[in-house]
Amino acid sequence: MNRLSWFNTVSLTLGFAFLYIPMLILVIYSFNASKLVTVWAGFSTRWYGELLHNEAFLDAAWVTLKVAVFSSSIATVLGTMAAYVLVRGNRFLGRTLFSGMIYAPLVMPEVITGLSLLLLFIGIGLDRGVLTIVLAHTTFSMCYVSVVVSSRLVTFDRSLEEAALDLGCSPAQAFRLVTLPIIAPAVISGWLLAFTLSLDDLVIASFTAGPSSTTLPIKIFSAVRLGVSPEINALSTVMIAIVAVGVIAASLVSKRSLVRQQKDEQEAARAQ
Amino acid sequence: MIRFQNVTKRFGTFTAIDNLSLDIFEREFFALLGPSGCGKTTMMRMLGGFESPTEGRIELSGKDIVGVPPNKRAVNMMFQSYALFPHLSVWDNIAFGLRRDGRPKADVEARVAEMLKLTRLEKFARRKPHQISGGQRQRVALARSLAKAPKLLLLDEPLGALDKKLRQDTQFELMDIQEKTGTTFVIVTHDQEEAMTVASRVAVMDEGKLIQVATPDRIYESPENVYVADFIGDVNIIEGRATPEAGGEDDTYRIDWAEGETPLQATSATRFDPGQTCYLAIRPEKVTISAERPEGALNAVQGKVLDIAYLGNISTYHVELTSGTVIKAQTANTRRISRRSFTWEDPVWLSWTVTGGVLLAG
Ligand SMILES: Nc1ncnc2c1ncn2[C@@H]1O[C@H](COP(=O)(O)OP(=O)(O)OP(=O)(O)O)[C@@H](O)[C@H]1O
Ligand SMILES: [Mg+2]
Repeated sequence: MNRLSWFNTVSLTLGFAFLYIPMLILVIYSFNASKLVTVWAGFSTRWYGELLHNEAFLDAAWVTLKVAVFSSSIATVLGTMAAYVLVRGNRFLGRTLFSGMIYAPLVMPEVITGLSLLLLFIGIGLDRGVLTIVLAHTTFSMCYVSVVVSSRLVTFDRSLEEAALDLGCSPAQAFRLVTLPIIAPAVISGWLLAFTLSLDDLVIASFTAGPSSTTLPIKIFSAVRLGVSPEINALSTVMIAIVAVGVIAASLVSKRSLVRQQKDEQEAARAQ
Repeated sequence: MIRFQNVTKRFGTFTAIDNLSLDIFEREFFALLGPSGCGKTTMMRMLGGFESPTEGRIELSGKDIVGVPPNKRAVNMMFQSYALFPHLSVWDNIAFGLRRDGRPKADVEARVAEMLKLTRLEKFARRKPHQISGGQRQRVALARSLAKAPKLLLLDEPLGALDKKLRQDTQFELMDIQEKTGTTFVIVTHDQEEAMTVASRVAVMDEGKLIQVATPDRIYESPENVYVADFIGDVNIIEGRATPEAGGEDDTYRIDWAEGETPLQATSATRFDPGQTCYLAIRPEKVTISAERPEGALNAVQGKVLDIAYLGNISTYHVELTSGTVIKAQTANTRRISRRSFTWEDPVWLSWTVTGGVLLAG
């Protein structure tokens, strides 16, 4: 392996310090024994214990989890279907337009997405609560899923589906028995991505959440306005851990499937 | 059994299959042969149901099958790329089609076992496609397409991935399977030797058209035109002008082919007008090479050895005639190489009989 030059070492260190020092401080202070956030008074897990007895936080955590699970699952189904049609479907009028449009919410400012959803929910008279957050999260995470899944579908060998049809599958069976198992890793990492996106969303959730259904990020945000407490630090650390696990799992799943796909392709190339 | 009726297939403005009509019979081993891009795969895909013809109709057992989706056809295809399902084991790959028919479990198991035995894959049943060799994969693909006992089996360049030895073994295996099962086989290949070996009839295609459809020996011995003669095997083509021989029988022609050379003689079933341009096609193995002018030979030309291609069992001599034309002659190497009679630059005579060559109009 090449050794890093002096310059590279410094830039790498600076870059990562910039990224991770704030989080690191937060994690460290979550283990502070003192009630004062800025004064270190020895190591303690006291705040984690208190967290477990804080009803408001636990409620918010439960809401967040429910929203994340439901919205990411719905988004995965819808996103996969959209990706399949856009990559596989026969050319239909405006297909290019549709493929472009599915990516638009990715670059749309969240405030606008949140506001438009809010207007919609008010317009159709839907009371804000868990349901509205789920719907809102589904809308924006669906595009991420469809991006992940369609990039896998593009490299998917069409003749596998044809072989399935040839052997007597209906198109739906071919999808279920052949396409889906093969693209499963992409679908799973799409789900994990949607899940973590939903977990840490603040902006869209605050537009669409009702008084009885606050999510953790909203709770933290409003708590911090009254002052940072060590308890918040502990809660944030837990969230960092969950998100980190989610992201790492997603990247591992897609990495593994990539490696396997490459291996398969090499085998196939060798067979030619 | 299969009937193509004036089938045309266009991709945009490009015509891949051009007004083609063809009958393929029950229990036939039919080979489609032609250069790359002539439309062989397109023909197969139309039979499999993955493309529909732009014009014309395709019948299978008397029924028009245009518009019938692939899963409703009693046709199975072995894909050029095998298209094995990577997430399923060899066993499950073979069972895939049987399960779709909703057959009882015991039936499926018996049939898969039979297929594994036929393709000698018993040992690999539990492996995944990426854990077996290319040749084994090819046999899995074959077993999978055979498992449903289709009325018609389509093989798109099934043996392209194999080395020569395995390829020959598999060719015989295929013929064996075809005899045993009575399935109609249509095979695509651009290896003419393979087509000749396995097929009962061969269709030579070019640019979406059929050039000739006949049994392998007829394709080889009496090609209908220069394209077929040239495409199948090695051949010498001599261009000249035909004149019906005055004294001889009425299907003998005299061919004037070069200034100052003795005219050649050949028989032909097709008629040529006096002075019509013609092409005499002679296979190298029908040309005899000798040191002296052979007694009484009607077609004999003189030249010198330009090149010798030693192929083990046979040698091909490239002989340059005085007119500059190069003619290939083949002899079997019945003697050891040290006793070979001719070497480079040797003056030799080439001769062939009146019926040795085929006279073609174009
Ligand atoms: N989907 C398509 N769209 C446009 N052109 C096509 C399509 N499929 C095939 N063609 C064209 O039709 C012609 C015939 O293709 P086909 O695949 O049948 O060739 P082939 O005889 O199987 O060749 P090879 O021996 O290389 O496999 C080619 O010129 C090809 O470019
Ligand atoms: Mg082809």
